[in-house]
Amino acid sequence: MAFGVIKHVRKVFQLEEIGWTALEPVVALDDASFQFEEGELVALLGPSGCGKTTLLRIVGGLIAKSAGSVAIADREVTKPMGDYGFVFQAPSLMPWRNVLDNVLFPMEILKKNDAAARRYALELLQLVGLSGFLSARPHQLSGGMQQRVALCRALVHRPRLLLMDEPFGALDELTRMEMNDLLLRIRRETKASVLFVTHSISEAIYLSDKVVVFSQRPARVVKEIPVALGYPRSQKLRFTSAFTTAERIASEALGVVAPAEASAR
Amino acid sequence: MRSRFALLYPLAGVVLIVALWALACWLISIPTVVLPSPDKVLRALIVRGDLLLNESWITLKETLYGFVLALLIGLPLAVAVANSRPLNLMFYPLLIALQSVPKVALAPMILVWLGTGLESKLAIVWLVAFFPIIVDTAAGLRATPKELLELAHSLNASPLQIFLKVQLPAALPFVVTGAKVAITLAVIGAVIGEFVGSSEGLGFLLLSATSQLDTPLAFAALFALSVLGIFAYALVGMGEKMMSTWLPPAPARH
Repeated sequence: MAFGVIKHVRKVFQLEEIGWTALEPVVALDDASFQFEEGELVALLGPSGCGKTTLLRIVGGLIAKSAGSVAIADREVTKPMGDYGFVFQAPSLMPWRNVLDNVLFPMEILKKNDAAARRYALELLQLVGLSGFLSARPHQLSGGMQQRVALCRALVHRPRLLLMDEPFGALDELTRMEMNDLLLRIRRETKASVLFVTHSISEAIYLSDKVVVFSQRPARVVKEIPVALGYPRSQKLRFTSAFTTAERIASEALGVVAPAEASAR
Repeated sequence: MRSRFALLYPLAGVVLIVALWALACWLISIPTVVLPSPDKVLRALIVRGDLLLNESWITLKETLYGFVLALLIGLPLAVAVANSRPLNLMFYPLLIALQSVPKVALAPMILVWLGTGLESKLAIVWLVAFFPIIVDTAAGLRATPKELLELAHSLNASPLQIFLKVQLPAALPFVVTGAKVAITLAVIGAVIGEFVGSSEGLGFLLLSATSQLDTPLAFAALFALSVLGIFAYALVGMGEKMMSTWLPPAPARH
């Protein structure tokens, strides 16, 4: 069986869950099914607010699904497993901790904050180029640097699965490209399996082994696009025809480009 | 450069105002009973120094004891209200509503209940200092960033871990803000308590001095009271400094 199996997952938010801000229950996720292998980087691509973040939280065990099943490494996910890493859209660092202590936070919670943990945290920080900022406080760092710290924090407990929720969405284009390359490098070193939510078509293709395209809310999986571009990748890849072809397929699946228009060319 | 001016300008402002005050007393010859000149107030401060110091000590004790009592009771209650949904629904609106009630108006009643001793002063100080502490702390605990809570949940953190490592540090700036408001109110509470019924403290001294038309002494008491207020506030500020590694960077000063 595949490492991650997501089958017919459905999520309906009841009114009391969303604080009575809607008139009727909100169907965030209609029917999501896809699989992925260990070590794969899968991009979940879809329009803003389509429910892909909801799916990510369900896979992470943070919220309960209404129907369907999620199995990671043959374990059905019903609650947080404790061995996943999370990266959110905002860095969400603790302003009262310095960089190193922010990274070590998961190890404290897991009561494994020993010398080995510290060594690994230092190694990760070295990898993202922040060795010189160990005792800096988050507010002294730029947005990109903060997100790098968040990335290290998500990896420090060697998670089986890394869940990333539009982590680079708030960054400027150049920083974002830099972070994409950094993520690929880190993933090569740590061999982490990654689910990566994004609404950027080119980011999804640049990073992933496979792009899962979602429809508007209520989200359904409309297409799975294998990205056979090989690793390691560099920014030059963006200008190859294989890359633009993949971009076009994804755009068609999203409905940004009409398929008729594409085939007429 | 900047620090020298930072001290120089306020000092010049004070000197200017005192000079205007002295000038006014001398020029229009205002009777001492109405407005004593600065030198008379200064003389009262020196001659009655022991008395002022004694009464200040009493008022300071009332202020600080009441404030600490408000902290001791307010903080655990804030945690309860912030973390329990039923408790929150039952009491949070009530707390907000009660905060706008002028609590000093209860002072006469408290005097009837607890007498003219230390107890009634403590109760009044506690009453005024309690609300900012509990309301701000509860707000701080509830304002913990959602992502940090999710991060902790994703690691299967225990409720105690979440409280100690996430919620409490995230709420600390709010606690400090509440404590700063509370200590200022605590001084007012102590003086009100002494006004309403007491035989000691700066509030009592202020009342008796005015009733005996000893205005210089009343002004001296007022001066002592201001110093006391600043001192109490500085104590809280010191507490803040001690926790500064826990607090986010100070926002821009006004």
